[in-house]
Amino acid sequence: MNLIVNGERQFLEAGTLADLLVALEYEGDWLATAINGDLVHREDRADTRLAEGDRIEILSPMQGG
Amino acid sequence: MLKLYDIELSSRLLLGTARYPSPAILSEAVKRSSAGIVTVSLRRETSGGKTGGAFFELIRQLGVRILPNTAGCHSASEAVLTAKMAREVFGTNWIKLEVIGHHDSLQPDVFELVEAARILTDEGFEVFPYTTDDLIVGEKLLAAGCRVLMPWCAPIGSAAGPRNPSALIAMRAAFPEIPLIVDAGLGRPSHAATVMELGYDAVLLNTAVAGAGDPPAMAEAFAKAIDAGRLGYLSGMLEPRDMAVPSTPVIGKAVFS
Repeated sequence: MNLIVNGERQFLEAGTLADLLVALEYEGDWLATAINGDLVHREDRADTRLAEGDRIEILSPMQGG
Repeated sequence: MLKLYDIELSSRLLLGTARYPSPAILSEAVKRSSAGIVTVSLRRETSGGKTGGAFFELIRQLGVRILPNTAGCHSASEAVLTAKMAREVFGTNWIKLEVIGHHDSLQPDVFELVEAARILTDEGFEVFPYTTDDLIVGEKLLAAGCRVLMPWCAPIGSAAGPRNPSALIAMRAAFPEIPLIVDAGLGRPSHAATVMELGYDAVLLNTAVAGAGDPPAMAEAFAKAIDAGRLGYLSGMLEPRDMAVPSTPVIGKAVFS
C-alpha cells in the first residue's frame, strides 16, 4: 500500500504499525509514533492497522535547545 | 532553592544539548555547568532510530532531569502532538513549549502558545512556556495552568543579551511568586549575571555555551555568573547615584594647611 512515512511516499506491505517498524528496521524503546496527526502509544502499535495513504511519523530523541 | 513544579533543584542553570562540536564535549559541558536540567528534542530519523538511541543513552548517563521541547512547531496542534510524542519517549510530563510565530526572529506566537498551554495542562503536562516579556501573555499563561514562565530577553541564538531590561524588571514585579527563567538571547556570562541580579530565578542557555570556543569552560563561566548574580540579588545591591560618595571616612582627616 502507499504510505507517507516521515514525509516520504513509500510503497510497503505492512498490516500494522508494528509491522511497519520492523519492515523499516526501526528498533528501540525511544521511538514515538503518530498516524495522521494522532499519537499511537507504543503498546498499541501491534493492534493499529494501517490504511492506504496513512501519514506516519516516527520520531526519535535529538539534541535540542 | 529553586523549585519548578514541586521539584527542588540546586542549580539555576538549564542547558540545551544542541550544536556542540561533539557528544563528548556536550557531556563535559553539562558536567561543568552543574545543570540539573537539560533540554532535548524529537526529530524524524532515517537510520532506524539508532542515532536517536545513541543520543538518548548519552543523556541518560548524565543523570540529569530531561526537559523535552517542541522546537520548530508553528501551531498549537503541532506543538500538542509533539509534546505527547515527547512524553511517550522521555517519560516525563515536563514540556518546554515553543510555538514559533516568525521565521526570522523566532518570536513566539503567543496566541497559539496560550492555546497549547491550556490543552497540555488539561492533559496532565507541566508546561514551561517560551514566551515574550509581555505581562498580559504571562497572565494568560498562568490562567492556562502554567506555573513557570520563560521569557526571552533577545531572539534565540542572537547572543545579544537583555535588550529590554525594563520589561524584565516589570515582569519580575508582576509575578513575584512565579519562577521566571530567562530563555533565549543570552551571549555572555555577564548577561546571565545581569538577569539574575534582576531577580530572575534561573537561566536557560544553549548557543552561548555550545558555540563558544571552549564549551565546557564557558558552561562553568555561566554557572559562576548565575551564582554571583543570584547572590548579588539576595545581598541588597546599591542603587546608582549621579554624584560621588567618598568611600574613605572624612571624619578625623588631618588638616595640613
